[in-house]
Amino acid sequence: MEHSETRGSIIGVDVGGTFTDLVMVDSASGTMRIAKTPTTLDNQAFGVLAALEQAEVDLADVGLIVHGTTTTTNAVLERKLSRTGLITTAGFRDVLELGRRTRPQAYGMKGQFTPIIPRDLRLEVPERMDAQGNVLTPLDEGALRAAIKQLIAEGCEALVIHFLHAYANPAHELRAAEIAAEVWPNAYITTGHSLLSESREFERGVTAAVNASVQPLLERYVARLRDELAAKGYRGDVLVMNGNGGMVSSKLVAREAAKTVMSGPASGVMAAAYTGRRAGEPNLLTYDMGGTSTDVALIRDGTPPVSNEIEVEYAMPIHVPMVDVRTVGAGGGSIARVNAAGLLEVGPESAGADPGPICYGKGGTRPTISDANMLLGRLNTDKLNAVAGGVGMDDLAAIFARELGAPLGVDAHGAAEAVIRMANAKMAGAIRMVSLSLGADPRDFALFAFGGAGPLHAAALARELGVPRVLVPARPGITNALGCAVADLRHDFVQTLNQPLDDLDLTTLHAAFADQLAEGQAALARENVTVTGVEHHFSANMQFLGQSHVVRVPLEDATPSAETLRDRFNAVYWQRFKVDLPEIRARIVNVNCSVIGVCAPVDLSLLIDAGGRQASATPTGHRTVHFDGSPHDTPVYWRDHLPSDVTLDGPAIIEQLDCTTLIPPGDRVTGGVDGNLMIHIGAAT
Amino acid sequence: MSSIDPITLSVIQAGLQQVCDEMDLSFSRAAFSPVIAEANDRSDGIYAAEDGALIAQGAGGLPVFVGTMQYSTRTLIEMIAAGTAAAPQPDDIYIVNDPYLGGTHLMDVRFARPFYRNGEIFCWLSNTGHWPDTGGAVPGGFSASATSVEQEGLRLPPVRLFKQGVLDPEIYAIICSNIRVADQRIGDVKAQAAALMVGEERLNALLDRYGDDVVRTAIAELRTRAEAQMRSLIDEIAEGEYTSTAWIDSDGVVNEPLAIRLKITKTPGHLTFDFAGSSPPCMGPMNSVLATTLSSVYLAMRHIFPQVPISAGAFEPLEVIRPVGTFLDAQYPRPVSGCAAEVSQRIAEAVFAALVEALPHRVTAAPAGTSGNFALGGHDPMTGRDFVMYQLSGGGYGGNADHDGIANGCSTIGISKAPPVEIMEQNFPVLYHRYALREGSGGAGRHRGGLGLDYELELRRGDARASFVMDHGRFGPQGALGGADGAVNEVEVWRDGVKYIPEHLSKEQDIALKAGDRVRVKTPGGGGFGKAEDRDPVLSAEDERLGRT
Repeated sequence: MEHSETRGSIIGVDVGGTFTDLVMVDSASGTMRIAKTPTTLDNQAFGVLAALEQAEVDLADVGLIVHGTTTTTNAVLERKLSRTGLITTAGFRDVLELGRRTRPQAYGMKGQFTPIIPRDLRLEVPERMDAQGNVLTPLDEGALRAAIKQLIAEGCEALVIHFLHAYANPAHELRAAEIAAEVWPNAYITTGHSLLSESREFERGVTAAVNASVQPLLERYVARLRDELAAKGYRGDVLVMNGNGGMVSSKLVAREAAKTVMSGPASGVMAAAYTGRRAGEPNLLTYDMGGTSTDVALIRDGTPPVSNEIEVEYAMPIHVPMVDVRTVGAGGGSIARVNAAGLLEVGPESAGADPGPICYGKGGTRPTISDANMLLGRLNTDKLNAVAGGVGMDDLAAIFARELGAPLGVDAHGAAEAVIRMANAKMAGAIRMVSLSLGADPRDFALFAFGGAGPLHAAALARELGVPRVLVPARPGITNALGCAVADLRHDFVQTLNQPLDDLDLTTLHAAFADQLAEGQAALARENVTVTGVEHHFSANMQFLGQSHVVRVPLEDATPSAETLRDRFNAVYWQRFKVDLPEIRARIVNVNCSVIGVCAPVDLSLLIDAGGRQASATPTGHRTVHFDGSPHDTPVYWRDHLPSDVTLDGPAIIEQLDCTTLIPPGDRVTGGVDGNLMIHIGAAT
Repeated sequence: MSSIDPITLSVIQAGLQQVCDEMDLSFSRAAFSPVIAEANDRSDGIYAAEDGALIAQGAGGLPVFVGTMQYSTRTLIEMIAAGTAAAPQPDDIYIVNDPYLGGTHLMDVRFARPFYRNGEIFCWLSNTGHWPDTGGAVPGGFSASATSVEQEGLRLPPVRLFKQGVLDPEIYAIICSNIRVADQRIGDVKAQAAALMVGEERLNALLDRYGDDVVRTAIAELRTRAEAQMRSLIDEIAEGEYTSTAWIDSDGVVNEPLAIRLKITKTPGHLTFDFAGSSPPCMGPMNSVLATTLSSVYLAMRHIFPQVPISAGAFEPLEVIRPVGTFLDAQYPRPVSGCAAEVSQRIAEAVFAALVEALPHRVTAAPAGTSGNFALGGHDPMTGRDFVMYQLSGGGYGGNADHDGIANGCSTIGISKAPPVEIMEQNFPVLYHRYALREGSGGAGRHRGGLGLDYELELRRGDARASFVMDHGRFGPQGALGGADGAVNEVEVWRDGVKYIPEHLSKEQDIALKAGDRVRVKTPGGGGFGKAEDRDPVLSAEDERLGRT
């Protein structure tokens, strides 16, 4: 591997639901550019090219392009998948459809579920392992060949081979894949055990099925993008973000395509962790509020948490390691209403992106959180007036007065404030739940606010949560793209051991870690990307005997002693649950290893051009903004003009291209490193 | 009492809900037993100091507990007043599992903690968790042939397990020497108590922020408003009488069906549920205690109107006439282990069947409506240890106005996941030969019922005894508006290649198995909705192609 101290110019480009964001950082020349273009849903590459054009990038000079794409996420959620067949153990073809016997909501007996692979493309062959990996029924190779031919005849493009207990003994899956490759030369064959070697047939099967059925789509997409970029003079490789927050070469990414699902939220969290480490804020609650939902994650010691138990929607588990990002509901488009009990509700119904809030002027008629912000003067009303055929402030006020104010006994502004108050209370509650479920008290963290609406609500939320301060990064609206630009190479491995700690042969555990490490290092070598170093992280998923849930126990090295495992587990368990159980024995369920190829640092101080900053903070204007029932004359600042060591007391509004930061009365904002702003709750004098 | 503005009220409501949700989370995360930790068979709530009325309850609680704990808390308050339970001190926690004192079955163990402000009880915090065992004739407590509650396990009146914050080692020792796998219970006891501590801390924070008087006023006002909300919702139902009958196969002891006869009378803002004419108390464990009967009605109504928050006010317009003299108002010492898992679901089915014509867009045809409890206990010669395995299974949901019913949904009263086949085979000496959609099991209709599950497993080693507590073996889940009933539950036991069908079809205890013997279970499909001849031919062709019919 080559070693180098700089990255050269690097481009992070992230495709979101509405916008494609780009950031280019060239640490050598000290330049930075950003761009934001509409996402092109049919072929995301057009939006990417448009963003490059907008940023006026000369691709011949670019060192590396790192790409976050929603191609696979959208394909799964909309079930626009490649035609994929499944070959599985006789008696078990319906596992993918039966799920774990649940229902979509706790209350309400309705619902629907569409399996990833339809029943007529799920075929069975005689073969069987037991839970210890002993062969009970040999693989029927004749039946296997017949099944493969049937799937070819059905027009399948990809194949999943998923056998019971293949995590314990993959011999049948490996043999079946070998035969499949002979009969059907095809790059899109996924075996169940290869992505995760973990028991639970539904979760492993869905993960494999998702992988196979998005492989062809992802491969075609990245190939086309590479060609387009090459035609414009780009000579490097394109790297693609994974849901674990690391990146892999676009030439290798399709092999484990399922890992790219949910990569967008992951890269935002990676950017937060990176920004926080540089700013001396290693413990962060990230808060990404968008138009339809809000994502929350918890970063401890500068490290985003990874989970292998993410469910991307009802009964759709993808059990590969992913940054643990939780969606907590409310977004700017969440609708407010007064219910039959005369109480105010905000969400879960959303106006979405279309028609969207009333203030979008696209035909929305029901009051939303964004509309409340607009009415209260927190958002720039110029934008409202700019919308073609849009509605005016008077219309907005009339709707709030009629729909909410009248039943609540307040005026339009009172209603709008109530909507914000209620939304903040609900979001704070949801954030607390995320934090507590991860064993953390939110008051020990700083809030990291990003996304279009995050910095607008963050100070009030922090107050509600008892969080002392809020970090607003230099470019909150392009955080996901920044996450691409600062990403490292990363490979994660999971191996099931499932043994009581007292019975465990430590050499087995040490060998498992050694194998994972070797495999990870080999994978890094294949990628041909310059790294400055390699990091490994080892952990074990452990539980007490008799339990079903596990906790992840970080380990210092690949050769822990039994005492270390027990002590670390007890410590982590206590931290998480405040329960000490010396009476009960522990079990190791899985061992995990992450191998990270660390890339050269990116200088985030370039994100705001120092040349544009002014010597003192001068408002660009004033707006009347409503806080706590009364109007305040509030100065409005342009963020790029603020001195880097600025100190302002609220009320104040700080605007930038795609984001508005609100400093309520009583709070103080100060400038920090890398153009960050820090809001100190209750610190105004 | 001062009035309170609706906005503050909305925020306090969300705050009370949050306290309960945090208790739920704390309990599940720290609990030892998979039944609580993974299956969420638990619930936490806040109850009024005067009468135990439900103030708020965690959204993630098991649905069957939607109404029970307020009766449990109310009974405790009455017993304290009467001197039949010890007077409370700060930091005490009572434990109680007596079904006749506002409970369900013995395995659902309730903890109650008085919450003090300024030296007085402001309210009660209480939770319920399903313990894996409380003693009795069979491991796990679901004895299909018990004829009195003593055979079902250890019964605890309300006693203070924690006295001023300290676990009473003597009471705990009595419990431990009466239950199985006692060494693991300390984990659940600590988790259950810790959840109430979390509730106390969060509720104190809420009161400190808004003031005791404001919150007290808000609680009263919220109750009134929840009542008004429920009234306005049920006014979608036209005035008149709605009747239905739902059947339970047998009580497990006497092989005769039990009838739930329901007459719902709608008057403005009010529903009366009258179960008169239902079967008398039964010999076997399919009796329901009053608290469970009431809770079953409430949970059925919440399935119909999911938007109503759970509180005593919401239950106010729902009047259930006490079904004295029927098996839905069981008295000591009637056995009751089937009430929470099976009878409750049949009561819900009766409510659905009665109201589906009045609310065709909200109510579905009958779902599978059984927890599908198959227990296998024996000795594994490979590990040298005894084992008890539970296979709970789902079934088809009812067709509805919008869609076909989903396949393999969980019980009406639960929200838990079934264990994976691979985990079962890791832990127990069994081998599954099939785990599949049960073809043709959905009741025909404009929208057909969802498919049930068809599984078959073999005992690989040693000897074991199989027990079944299921239902709908004699009568399939009811179709609605001209739809057909779903397929009935079927149990087959294959011993030495000879098929045996339990006499009670869905219930039997201690069927002896040896290595190589097999059990096959086909769970019910959901009822169909609307007439089959009105079904879209495209959907019928799809069913045909995918082998669903």
